[in-house]
Amino acid sequence: MQRIGVFVCHCGTNIAATVDVKAVAEALSHEPGVVVSQDYQYMCSESGQELVKNAIKEHGLTGVVICSCSPRMHENTFRKAAASAGLNPYLVEIANIREQCSWIHKDIASATDKAIILGKAAVAKVHLNAPLTAGESPVVKRALVIGGGIAGIQTALDIAEAGFDVDIVEKEPTIGGKMAQIDKTFPTLDCAACILTPKMVEASQNEHITIHSFSEVSDVKGFVGNFTVTIKKKARYVDETKCTGCGLCTEKCPMKKVPNEFNMGLDNRTAVYIPFAQAVPKVATIDPNYCMMLKNGKCGVCSKVCSVGAIDYKQTDKFIEQKYGAIVVATGFNPIKLDKYDEFAYSCCPDVVTSLELERLMNAAGPNGGTLLRPSDKTHPHTIVFVQCVGSRCDDEKGKPYCSKICCMYTAKHAMLIREKYPDTEVYVFYIDVRTPGKNFDEFYRRAVEQYNVHYIKGMVGKVTPKADGKIDVQASDLLANEQLHINADMVVLAAAIEPDKTARPLATMLTTQMDTNDFFTEAHPKLRPVESATAGIFLSGACQGPKDIPETVAQASAAAAKAIGLLCKNSITCNPCVAHSDELMCNGCSACEKVCPYGAITYQDKEFRMPDRSTAIRRVASVNPAVCQGCGACTVACPSGAMDLNGFSNSQIMAEVDAICK
Amino acid sequence: MNKNEKDWIDITSGVNVRKCMRCGKCSATCPSYDEMEYHPHQFVYMVEKGDIEPLLNSKSLYKCLTCFACVERCPRGVEPAKVIEAVRLTAVRKQGNNHLLPDQIPDMLDDDLPQQAIVTAFRKYTK
Repeated sequence: MQRIGVFVCHCGTNIAATVDVKAVAEALSHEPGVVVSQDYQYMCSESGQELVKNAIKEHGLTGVVICSCSPRMHENTFRKAAASAGLNPYLVEIANIREQCSWIHKDIASATDKAIILGKAAVAKVHLNAPLTAGESPVVKRALVIGGGIAGIQTALDIAEAGFDVDIVEKEPTIGGKMAQIDKTFPTLDCAACILTPKMVEASQNEHITIHSFSEVSDVKGFVGNFTVTIKKKARYVDETKCTGCGLCTEKCPMKKVPNEFNMGLDNRTAVYIPFAQAVPKVATIDPNYCMMLKNGKCGVCSKVCSVGAIDYKQTDKFIEQKYGAIVVATGFNPIKLDKYDEFAYSCCPDVVTSLELERLMNAAGPNGGTLLRPSDKTHPHTIVFVQCVGSRCDDEKGKPYCSKICCMYTAKHAMLIREKYPDTEVYVFYIDVRTPGKNFDEFYRRAVEQYNVHYIKGMVGKVTPKADGKIDVQASDLLANEQLHINADMVVLAAAIEPDKTARPLATMLTTQMDTNDFFTEAHPKLRPVESATAGIFLSGACQGPKDIPETVAQASAAAAKAIGLLCKNSITCNPCVAHSDELMCNGCSACEKVCPYGAITYQDKEFRMPDRSTAIRRVASVNPAVCQGCGACTVACPSGAMDLNGFSNSQIMAEVDAICK
Repeated sequence: MNKNEKDWIDITSGVNVRKCMRCGKCSATCPSYDEMEYHPHQFVYMVEKGDIEPLLNSKSLYKCLTCFACVERCPRGVEPAKVIEAVRLTAVRKQGNNHLLPDQIPDMLDDDLPQQAIVTAFRKYTK
């Protein structure tokens, strides 16, 4: 005989204002098997939990139904409370009468009716709950960091600091990411390379860190504590172990007309190249799209000049497999393409540049050796117009609906640096709003206005027209003066919106993590779990989760590392016992479940069965690896013979809930 | 503020003026800007406030070329030209507010004027 206790929570006024909680407790007390039904103001509080524990002991309860908030919020709280009172934690059911009832309804009568129905369904289900025991699985003491920008480097350094091995997978030939391309950093104006490159070197020299540069993650299997990852090491046609980074091949390579990605295509590199002087690893890479030897077998100069014989034209992509306990995603961002913004003339005028291009134009290692010159005629610009929010805060298909967050500050930085170095240059910044929250950020922006006399104009640029004399006509609004301006500019700098890297979406599919509509990774909780993904063992670091500046990225990178270390410290983790299992007598071996399983948890084996006529037959049946199964339930739906069932969410339990709702 | 007039403009324009984030790109892009007393961004803002009377009495209504540059470039999809058109319709639909009378046509005619222009002018300036 079942003895079930029902506990209805007021959640202050969150539930009680819309649902008559006393009526719910009263109605559920008449349900079959219910021996106690109570309401309380805050069931999750210490005294609320005490109420549940006492009732379990006093009435010898065999099942508990809590009518409260979402199980995502407090299921664990009540399971722990039940366990401490001697009841199997999986005999606790939550009826969600807050998110799915009181918060979404206004009418008290109908909300109360619905809460009663949800409670009845939970009671019906708990009748069929079976005690479950969670197993344990070991944790592989190694972490993988995907992306080698400042976020990935910081996360890897912190994990290594704690004594765990960590691998960085970086798709480019060098780590460093976007920060390596930046000239100076706000709000302190220190040189980005000066603070980044020591960290890059630290990462390469740390005995716990392995850097897989020019590599990509091509497959992920497994689950928290036990991921198996296949890493594709792309052919760079140079033996990493032999190359000394002397750079002789890059000097002698005859193919000198390759657009240089590191300088945003503003100058050229050779077909065999090292992205920049402080690259880590400092190893040459051959670009197969331009190398004449690889394209038509005629050249081989690099191979002749290389004194250590590192050039290997026959190298192919290599795949390595490695096990990890935790994975940190740090895939970063890119500025959006501006080819759809005809009004800013970006595609047709070389003197209209993006902010990241301006970083390279001003950088000592950039195309002009640090002197700011117009890309078209290499002359000194005297009037520069900055346009903010290009593609940010847009409600159309061309742009992004969010604020890119970093543009206000880097534009103030650019404006200030230009006024400092070239006081004869007039700088105009067109803004919609200046958004500078952050330590010393607004002071920085005000310095640009007050001390450096940068002209900040409230309004947007409507049209940019290159003129025959090489100047650029910028037509814009000055909203405060209520006039339309024409500025005769030499250069226009567009603060392009930022978007997640294109590799993020296929990676999210491999990791079975969630993304939002803008392809930013979704955190497990927007306030309380900002660096974890909803998938256990996958953590988020840097701009892959949302637009961020460097200080914020580094803070999040260390936070993600702390979470990963917390996981790696454990010798084993508790598994979810709500996993699938197959009834071998009903299984017909059709493989439908194996095909839909996203975790690869189902395998088939041939087993001997005793048949009704006492003969034996060998049949092919499904078996589930409980350590790999995540309990998603896809197999139970796919199984045509009803052989697959899920612990804690069995077909009969779900039908009992449906029956209770329909009664 | 005349609430009915504002509601009417909201309906006829089909524009949600509250989407405007006040960037001023419409006025930055407008080729008739200098001809106007009230500029495209002001039309959007004044309609949002319900301050429609000054717009109805302004010649700016008839300076909009409906070239749709503002509609094309507005980052928020507000479509200022449609707001101006709706205000203009409100003005011409008021009794006796025609800005072009049939009697005026003969004086305006010349051989190069396409007939379509007269039809369009009637549509724009007459109820």
